[in-house]
Amino acid sequence: MNSEFTFQLDGHNVIAQKGETILVAAENSGVSIPRLCYQDNCRPDGNCRACVVEIEGERTLAPSCSRLAEKSMVVHSNNARAQFSQKMVITMLSSDLTENYSAGSIQRNHTELSKWVSYFDIRHGDAPRQSSVIDITNPAITVDLGQCIQCTRCVRACRETQVNDVIGISNRGANLKITFDLDATLGESSCVSCGECVQACPTNALTSTGAAADLPDNKKIDTVCPYCGVGCLLTFNVSDGAIKSATGRNGPANKNRLCVKGRYGFDYVHHEDRLTKPLIRIKGMKKTAALIHKNEISDYFREASWSEALEFAATGLKNILNIHGGNALAGLGSAKGSNEEAYAFQKLIRSALKTNNVDHCTRLCHASSVAAMLEMLGNAGVSNQVEDVALTEVIVVIGAKPTANHPVAATFMKNATKSGAKLVVIDPYKSDLTRHADFFLQFRPDTDVLLMNSMMSVIIEENLHDEKFIKERTTDFLNLKEVVSKYSPESVSSTCGIKPETIRAVARLYAKARSAMIFWGMGISQHIHGTDNARCLISLALLTGNIGKKGSGIHPLRGQNNVQGASDAGLIPMVYPDYQPVTDNENKKKFEQVWNTTLSGETGLTVTEIVSGASQGSIKGMYVMGENPAMSDPNLNHAREALAKLEHLVIQDIFFTETASFADVILPASAFPEKTGSFTNTDRRVQLGRQAIEPPGDARQDLEIIHDLAEKLDQKWTHRSAAEVFEEMTTVMPSIGGITWGLLNETDSITYPYTKDSTQSETVLFKETFYLPSGKAKFSAAHYTHAAELPSDDFPLVLITGRQLEHWHTGTMTRRARVLDSLEPEAFISMNSQDMELYQIESDDTVRLHSKRGEVTATVRIDNGLQVGNVFMPFCYVEAAANLLTIDAIDPIGKIPEFKHCAVQVSKSTAQ
Amino acid sequence: MKSKKNQTRGLAITPSVLAEVKILLGSSPFRRDLLIEYLHLIQDNHNHISKAHLVALAGCLKISLAEVQEVASFYHHFNLIEDNKQTTPNLTIRVCESLTCKMFGSEELSMKLEKNISNNIKLEKVPCVGQCSNAPIAVVGQRVIKEATAENVLDCKSYTSQIPNYEKLAPYIASGGYGALKKCTDGILARSAAVKLLSDSGLRGLGGAGFPAGKKWEIVRQQPSPRYLAVNIDEGEPGTFKDRTYLESKPHQFLEGMLIAAWAVEAHKCIIYLRDEYAACRQILIQEIKAISVAFPNALPSIELRRGAGSYVCGEESAMIESIEGKRGIPRLRPPYIAANGIFGKPTLEHNLETLYRVTDVINHGSNFHSSHGRHGRTGLISFSVSGRIMTPGMYLAPAGITLRELIDEYCNGMSPGHELKAYFPGGASGGILPASLADIPLDFDTLQEHDCFIGSAAIIVLSDHDNVASYAKNAMNFFAKESCGKCTPCRVGTKQASALMSARSWDINKLKDLATVMTDASICGLGQAAPNPMKSVIEHFKEEIS
Repeated sequence: MNSEFTFQLDGHNVIAQKGETILVAAENSGVSIPRLCYQDNCRPDGNCRACVVEIEGERTLAPSCSRLAEKSMVVHSNNARAQFSQKMVITMLSSDLTENYSAGSIQRNHTELSKWVSYFDIRHGDAPRQSSVIDITNPAITVDLGQCIQCTRCVRACRETQVNDVIGISNRGANLKITFDLDATLGESSCVSCGECVQACPTNALTSTGAAADLPDNKKIDTVCPYCGVGCLLTFNVSDGAIKSATGRNGPANKNRLCVKGRYGFDYVHHEDRLTKPLIRIKGMKKTAALIHKNEISDYFREASWSEALEFAATGLKNILNIHGGNALAGLGSAKGSNEEAYAFQKLIRSALKTNNVDHCTRLCHASSVAAMLEMLGNAGVSNQVEDVALTEVIVVIGAKPTANHPVAATFMKNATKSGAKLVVIDPYKSDLTRHADFFLQFRPDTDVLLMNSMMSVIIEENLHDEKFIKERTTDFLNLKEVVSKYSPESVSSTCGIKPETIRAVARLYAKARSAMIFWGMGISQHIHGTDNARCLISLALLTGNIGKKGSGIHPLRGQNNVQGASDAGLIPMVYPDYQPVTDNENKKKFEQVWNTTLSGETGLTVTEIVSGASQGSIKGMYVMGENPAMSDPNLNHAREALAKLEHLVIQDIFFTETASFADVILPASAFPEKTGSFTNTDRRVQLGRQAIEPPGDARQDLEIIHDLAEKLDQKWTHRSAAEVFEEMTTVMPSIGGITWGLLNETDSITYPYTKDSTQSETVLFKETFYLPSGKAKFSAAHYTHAAELPSDDFPLVLITGRQLEHWHTGTMTRRARVLDSLEPEAFISMNSQDMELYQIESDDTVRLHSKRGEVTATVRIDNGLQVGNVFMPFCYVEAAANLLTIDAIDPIGKIPEFKHCAVQVSKSTAQ
Repeated sequence: MKSKKNQTRGLAITPSVLAEVKILLGSSPFRRDLLIEYLHLIQDNHNHISKAHLVALAGCLKISLAEVQEVASFYHHFNLIEDNKQTTPNLTIRVCESLTCKMFGSEELSMKLEKNISNNIKLEKVPCVGQCSNAPIAVVGQRVIKEATAENVLDCKSYTSQIPNYEKLAPYIASGGYGALKKCTDGILARSAAVKLLSDSGLRGLGGAGFPAGKKWEIVRQQPSPRYLAVNIDEGEPGTFKDRTYLESKPHQFLEGMLIAAWAVEAHKCIIYLRDEYAACRQILIQEIKAISVAFPNALPSIELRRGAGSYVCGEESAMIESIEGKRGIPRLRPPYIAANGIFGKPTLEHNLETLYRVTDVINHGSNFHSSHGRHGRTGLISFSVSGRIMTPGMYLAPAGITLRELIDEYCNGMSPGHELKAYFPGGASGGILPASLADIPLDFDTLQEHDCFIGSAAIIVLSDHDNVASYAKNAMNFFAKESCGKCTPCRVGTKQASALMSARSWDINKLKDLATVMTDASICGLGQAAPNPMKSVIEHFKEEIS
C-alpha cells in the first residue's frame, strides 16, 4: 500500500508519508519552520507554538510539529498570519529571559532560541532585566531558570528518553517552573547527571558546567565512549588540543543518549597525575605489600628514556624466559584497550614469551557466564542485542544494576516497560530499576540456583516448557528435569526469601511469554557457583524456547567497553583468537604459521591463578597493560604481597595505579581518546574509536609500545598500525572475517558474526543452530551449593561488593574526572537502617568493617535498598579498598572469585 | 564542591510517614489515576501536604517524585509544605475575588479580614466559587458565607458545608423519576431512536461550546468499546452557577440523564468530575449515588465521583480527562478528539451536567420539549446565571434568543435602584463585554460572534454607570493569568504580559492587540483563545476609560 500522498504547502505540492507531521514533511521538502519545543527523536509536545501554521478551513493556527499532514491539506507556513504568530511567540519567549552577567562562570552560548531571535530580527531594547538565581549544586550541570522558556524538552529527555524521572514541570501559568524531584536543588535531587537535559535544552537554562561551545578551533571527533560495555557512540568536542565536551551520537546502542560517565567523565585524560615519562625502579628500592603514594613516586622510581625503559623491560622478561621458561611469565591485558591492542598483546605473550599465561579482567567479571555459555551453547556472545527489549514481552534482569552499570542500556529497558513490556527484577538489592518492575524478587544472596531451579520445576510441572524446542534443538533434558524436580517453590521459599506463589507467578509469566529476554550481571557470575548460576539461566531460556529469535534470548551484560572484544581477540589463557582452544594441535599449528613462531600447547593460567603463582614463586615476571590487580583482585593483602614478590614487573598504564607500586618499569601509555582502534560492545558490535587528542608528554600509544617491546623481544611483526593489526585479525578470526577497516570507518559500528561470505550481520545468534558439534544446545543441570564463606557469630553480615554509577572499575580514570569525583568523592559502606540501629550506628559515622582477611574504615550511608544483614561497598576506593575484605575462593570452572559474598563484622571506628 | 553523602540520591521514604499514608489511602493496590484523590485525603487530614507525605505517596504508587510534585503543585487547593514540623494554619478562609464579588466589595472584605484574623487562619483570594447571586462570598473551611462581611465571616464557627434541601430519590421516583431511564433499559426506546430523539431536539452542549449533543452520541457510539462517560461539573467560569443550582435542587434528574447517556453509548463507566469548591454538591452526590446503587442493584454502570482541586482550566474537556487520570489539568492537543481518544486513550462521551439534566427532559417529553421554546427567531432554552447590578440575581431558565433588557426586565425585576445599565458580560469572564447599546440583541449560541463575544455558559454579569468596565476586563485577565495551565506560550506569557499592560492608566493598545492576535490564533485551548475577549471589548467600546 502506498503511504505517500501530497498536500499543499506555501503554494507548492509537497510529498508526505502517512503519519508524518507537517513540520517533518516541510523539512523534507526543504522548508524550515521555526520551532523550539520540538526535537528530533522526541515526542512532539506542541507547547511553544513557534511552529504554528495556517491550515485553510481551520479557525485557529495549528502546531506543525504535532499536527499530522493530511492529503489535500492546504497549509501556509509563511503567510502573514502564520509568521505574525511565529514571530510573536519568539518575541514573547525571549523578552522574559533574565540576564546574569555577574556570575561570570556562565558561558553565554549561542542557542536555538537566539538563532530564531536573529532570524526574525527581534530587538527588545535595553530595558534592564532581572537577574536569576543560578543553581550550581550539581558539579556537572548549571541551572539558570531565568533562561528557561518552559519548552519541556528537558522534561521529556529526563522522563521519556532516559526515564530517570527527575525533572518535572511544577505550578502553572506564569509560575510554571522546571523542578527536580520535589523542587529540590539539582544537587540534592535524585539526578543521575546524565546530561540528556543539557543536550535537549534550546536555551542556556541547562548547561554543562564550565563547558564552552562555539570555540573558534572546535574539532568534532566522532568516536565511542571509553567506559562500559554498552558502547555509546559520541562526539568529543576538541579545542586547543583538549577535550571540552562530549555529545551523544545516534549510535545503534545509544540513540544519542549518554550517561554521566560518558558525558562528563572525559577529563581524566588531562589530569595532572598522567604518566608522561618512562620510570624505572631505583636500584635497591625494595618492594613491600604497601602501596606507594603518588607523592613518593620519585623516592622509588627514576625517569628514563624510552629506549632505556623498553630495553629494561624486555631484558627482565627475557632473563626469566631464559632461566625459568615461559611458564614463569604472565601477561595481563586489558578490557579497556582496543581489539588490536588485545590481539597484539596476547600475540606477544604467546609468541615471544612462549606461554599461554595471558588473561584479563573478564576473569573477574563474566568468566563463569562465558564458561556456561561455551559449555551449553558453544558460543559466549550475547544471543540478542539490548535493543531487542523493544520487541520482547518479558524482560528479566537478574543480578544486575543496569541503571548504575549500564545506564544507557537501562534506559531502553525502561522505555520498553513504558510501552508495555513486563519487567521482572531478581536481585538481593532493590535498585532504581525496581520501580519499573512488575515483579521484584528480593531474594537472599547466594540462593540463585535454588530460585532458578524452582522456577524450572514449576515450568515443567505445569507443562509450560517448549517440548518441540527441547526435542529438536537440545540434549540432556531428562537430567535437568530430574534435578530441578527436587526444587519445588515450597521447599526453597524460606531459604530464598521469596513466596512460593511469587516464584510460580514469575515462572509462568516467563514461560508463557511469546518472547522474553534475560539480562544478567555480576550478581550471577561472581560466585563460586557462578557457572552454575549461569547454567540455570541458560537452561531456563532453553526450556521455554526463549532463545534464537528476535526479541528472545540471553544477554550477560558485559562490564567494560571491550571485555567482549578482548576475549574475542584471545586475551584469555585457554584459547587463541576467536575461541580456538590452544590445546588443539591444529589451532596451534595454524597460529604458529600465521605468526611465524612456535607456541605452547598448554592451557595458561588465569588472573587469579597467576597471582597465586606469584605468591608461590612460580610466576616470576609479568607484563601488565592497563590492569590493576592490586585493587581489583580479591583478598588484596594477599594479592599485593604476591605482586611484591615478582622479580620483574612491567606496567603499562596512563596513571600510577596501585599495581604500579610493585613495578620495576613503568611505561606511560595512551588514554582512550589518544588512539584509534576498534572496540566490541556487549551487543557484539565492533565500533571504531578515533583519536581525538595527542598523548601527553612522552607518553606513547599502547599499540606502539607493544610493537616496540615485540621488537626488543626479537619479534618480526609485519603490522604496526591499528588497521594493519585488524587486517591480520580478520584472517584468523572467522567471526569477523568479513569486516574491513574501511567498512568500520564508514559505518562506525558493525555487528559480528560477519564472516567473509556475509552480506549482513547476525544480530541474533542460535536462530537455526547452536555452536556445539551436535548443533544442539546442551542442558546442564546445577545443584545448589553454598558460598565459600557463610556469616557466623564473629562475622554476622554478608558483604556484597560492586560498582556505582559514577565510578568505573578501580576508579583509576573516574576518580580523576572532576565531575565524577565531585559527585562521589569518597568511600562508603551502605547499610540498611535496621542494621544500623542494631549496631548503634548513625549515618555519617565512620565504621570499621573487617573480615578474616582484612579491614577497612569508611563512613556509613543509609541504603534501605539493601536487605537486613547485607552490607555493600563499591570496590573503587583505594582508601577503603573493599577487596581487602573479599575472599579469594574461586568458581572451579570459570575461576572467577566470589566478590558477591563474604562474611564481615561491623563496628564503630574508634579512629574518628 | 565535594559533597559528603550519608544516603542514596534524592529523598528517602520515612517509614513512619509511609505507614501513616498507607492507612489514609486504604486498601491497595493503589491506583495511579487516583493521585489527586489521595492528595485530598492527606490534605483533608492535615490541612497541608508535606514533602515526606509526597515521598511516601510516590512510593505507594511506584511513581517518581517529579510526577507527584507536578500534580500536587498544579492544583491550588493543595497546601504544600516543607516538613511535618512546620506549623501550618488549621483553617483556610477563601474570599472570592472574581467579577461579581469584586463588584460587591470583596477587595475591602479581604483587607478587613487580613487585619483581623489570627495566625492559625490562612486567607486566600480565590477565583469564582459559583455563588455570584449572593456576592460577595467567603468560604470558611467548607462553609459558604453569603453576602459576606468581616463580621459574619469571623463569627462563623461551623466549617463544614451546608447541605441545601433538595429532591431525594423517593420523591423523585414518586413523581415519575427514572421512568425515562426505564423506557430505555426496558427496550421501549431503542438506542438509535434515543440518539435520533436527542438530535431532533436540537439540544446543544451547555458547558459553553454548544456542540450538538445528539451528534456527540452518534460519534462516540461508532467508536470501539470500552467507552467512558465523563461528566463535567467543573463549573468555574466566573459568574456561572447553574450546574450547582440544578445539582442542589434536583440531582436525580441529572443522574438519570447520565445513566441514559451511558446506556445510549454503552459506556461501562461514568466518571463525574466535580469542582472542589462545590463541597455541598459532593455530599449530595455521594449520598444519592449510593441511594441509586441500592435502589437499582446490578443495573448500573460503575460510577466514580472525582474531586477537582482548584483549577478552572479543568473545565476544558480534555484537561478534565487529564485530571481524571490523576495528572496535571493540561488541555490536550487535538486531533485526536476525546470522542475517540479520551480517558486512558479510550472513546469518551463528555457532557456538562446541565446537558444531561436536559437529556432526561427530552426522553421524557420528546424532542419538542427543547425546540418548542425560543425567542427572536432562536430555539431552545438557556439557563442564565445572572448577577451584578440587578434587583434579583439568580439562575433563570429563559428562552434562547432573549435580549439582555428582556432578561433584566422580565426575570430580574430590573436594574438595582440608582444604577443604569452600562455594559454586561454575556458569557462569564471569557465571553467578552457588550455595551448597553447592544442590550437588545438576541442572546444565544452563534449570535454574538459578530461582536467578538460569545454566550458560553450564559453567565450574565451586569455592569452599571457606577462601574469602571476596564477594571473588570483587567480582573478577568488576572483571572486567566492565574488559571492558565501555562503549557503554551501565547496563553502563559500573553495573559501575564497583558495583565501587566492593563495595569497602566492608559493601555498600550497596539501591544495589547498584538498579544490578542497571537493568543486567539495560536493558543492550544479556549482559555488562551478567549482570554483577550474582555480586553478587546474595552478597546472597542470603552476607549475613554483606558486612554
